[in-house]
Amino acid sequence: MTKQRFRSFASALALGASLFATQALAKSDITIAMQLEPPHLDPTSAAAQAIDSVVYTNIFEGLTRFMGDGSVVPGLAESWEISDDGTIYTFKLRDGVTFHDGTTMDAEDVKFSLDRATAEDSANAQKALFAGIETVEVVDPLTVQVTLKEPNGNFLFNLAWGDAVIVAPESIENIKTNPVGTGAFTFADWVQGDSITLNRNPDYWGDQPALETATFKFISDPTAAFAAMMAEDVDVFDNFPAPENLPQFEADPRFQVLVGSTEGETILSTNNKQEPFDDVLVRQALAHAIDRQAIIDGAMFGYGTPIGTHFAPHNPAYVDLTGNSAYDPEKAKALLAEAGYPDGFETTLHLPPPSYARRGGEIIAAQLAEIGIKAEIINVEWAQWLESVFKGKEFGLTIVSHTEPMDIGIYARPEYYFQYDSTDFQALMETLNSTTDPDERTRLLGEAQRLIATDYVNGYLFQLAKLGVAKAGVQGLWENAPTAAIDLTAISWDE
Amino acid sequence: MSRNLILGAALSSLVLLAALVSFVWTPYDHAALNIPAKLQPPNTQHWFGTDHFGRDMFSMIMVGARTSIAVALVAVGIGMALGVPLGLTAAARKGSWLDEVIMRGNDLVFAFPSLVIAILITAVFGAGAINAIIAIGIFNIPVFARITRGAALSLWEREFILAARVSGKGAARISAEHILPNVANLLIVQGTIQFSLGILAEAGLSYVGLGAQPPTPSWGRMLADAQTMVSFAPHLALIPGLAIIVTVLGLNLLGDGLRDWLDPRIRVARA
Repeated sequence: MTKQRFRSFASALALGASLFATQALAKSDITIAMQLEPPHLDPTSAAAQAIDSVVYTNIFEGLTRFMGDGSVVPGLAESWEISDDGTIYTFKLRDGVTFHDGTTMDAEDVKFSLDRATAEDSANAQKALFAGIETVEVVDPLTVQVTLKEPNGNFLFNLAWGDAVIVAPESIENIKTNPVGTGAFTFADWVQGDSITLNRNPDYWGDQPALETATFKFISDPTAAFAAMMAEDVDVFDNFPAPENLPQFEADPRFQVLVGSTEGETILSTNNKQEPFDDVLVRQALAHAIDRQAIIDGAMFGYGTPIGTHFAPHNPAYVDLTGNSAYDPEKAKALLAEAGYPDGFETTLHLPPPSYARRGGEIIAAQLAEIGIKAEIINVEWAQWLESVFKGKEFGLTIVSHTEPMDIGIYARPEYYFQYDSTDFQALMETLNSTTDPDERTRLLGEAQRLIATDYVNGYLFQLAKLGVAKAGVQGLWENAPTAAIDLTAISWDE
Repeated sequence: MSRNLILGAALSSLVLLAALVSFVWTPYDHAALNIPAKLQPPNTQHWFGTDHFGRDMFSMIMVGARTSIAVALVAVGIGMALGVPLGLTAAARKGSWLDEVIMRGNDLVFAFPSLVIAILITAVFGAGAINAIIAIGIFNIPVFARITRGAALSLWEREFILAARVSGKGAARISAEHILPNVANLLIVQGTIQFSLGILAEAGLSYVGLGAQPPTPSWGRMLADAQTMVSFAPHLALIPGLAIIVTVLGLNLLGDGLRDWLDPRIRVARA
């Protein structure tokens, strides 16, 4: 008894000492703030970016995954072979991968996940990613064969999206509140309205991450965000909502500021079916009435890259078309007169909460007023925006950042909220989807960018910058955001 | 005249003057953006500095005064136009079911926190100056109804009213010809106070984004816009904040001064 007690005392002492030692070495917990709270935690049934920020690569993994630089690398698939005609993908899965509930991850789970996404009643927010899948077959427990209807050069990229992660039939029922994946972190706790906590997964198949626990804290108010960061209540702010405060963080040795790019094309979305915007001359007039630099300087305090089409400037296939819609109010007025609106017209400008929209909207309204267009500003919350603008299509103009990667394909969907209906563009997208040759793809993407730019579908403003703020000792944060994700596996403390 | 009255009148007329002058002249176009000149502290060109879009703050404050005064004035107008007749009616029919209905209705409106209901109204019917006016106006009705009834009740006991009744005048006529002129002093004083509360309410609604919509300048929204910039451009918050303080202080002093000045008892003592 005494001996045992002594032993437990000694081990407690040793444990305490070792705890102390690790703490002296490096911190193993982190608090990361985000602006929006996810509605639930199933990335395969909602478009909300906040879900991916929490779960992507942390809880759930796909066959392939994005790295911080945007490259696509093997995830749960160790390797793959593509048939010569480009329609059959044979994936070799990693051995020994288990879900957080202890069940093994095998070919059946992959089939289940992909079938679920392609199903008729699928709730997946990005069904287009999987539209080309004909069949998914289980060859053996670690081999899956996916047959496509036609070659798709983007398929491996598509599988890297958060919407394509592998889930298990055993745990699918409660995925929204208790997500069970294969990732390096397990879901621990969700305090609604406040935070979500993840713990390190000791049975992870890959390298053990440096962090033991991570807490995602939700702070929507920019002023509160500034206060929380300054008071060091949070270690990282994933995408800081108030660009005007960044110089203060830069000047403070306690913090580091990471300015990178996102996949967010910020555009003045135009209702192409609503009069007078159904007239390309009117849309062209809009484009020339907008001074992008003024918007970037005024709304984003200089952070952001001007764009002239719906494409990310850091993508190798990007074509700079800003000259096509250069700021020229005189030309804009002439175009309006030519279209039959010499005195301008009245329209509405719906603005969701982020400052790029609210501030950018005030600037755009002033710029449109210069050429006689009276845009009535209507500030809306996100729920209202989704209901009336995105679903209801009841708007003239709105400002929003399209943050999905490589999403030029939305212009091929005439029912999409800005309602651009061009058979030329739709044909171009079909050709692109069946093309695998990289050079040819680049050429086609260039053509697509030119087409929407010369059709002046929307007002193209700027590429949204990713404005990360972190304590000086945090390492491994993604500077850019090729997809919405906060990759905890790469994060560590340098102390 | 008391010092309060003079100071209050001076401050109030200053704000009123700024609002009136803004119709014909402002140093700059209040809506003109000049992004390269943004966030300037007060200087000789821009007396109150420039905001985050490079707009001239002095011009915005002048036009913002117009918004504040217009909203508060109409709101008080609604309150008086509906509240005073209700109060007079209730007093004339004291103890009747009509009195009960009016006064319990007032209690009902009083029971709700006014700003919260104003937010509800603007959220349901849409944000904007007009709905803000209506929301603030509704809450002015019971204030005026109550004060009118209270004062009228004591008047109804007086001999000159009895004389009027004996001479055959009806309740409505007595209310209009004898009661109303005798409660007018009170109403003016209360109107000044409600006016200042109206300006505060407008600023509050605009602050949460439910008042006047951009590009119409509003002091409350200027404060809201300044929030994240207070740490490096304090003038953005200080100036609209001071404008609100000066206006409300001025109106309250004016109200106080008027009460003393118009109060017959004090007037007698003075004479």
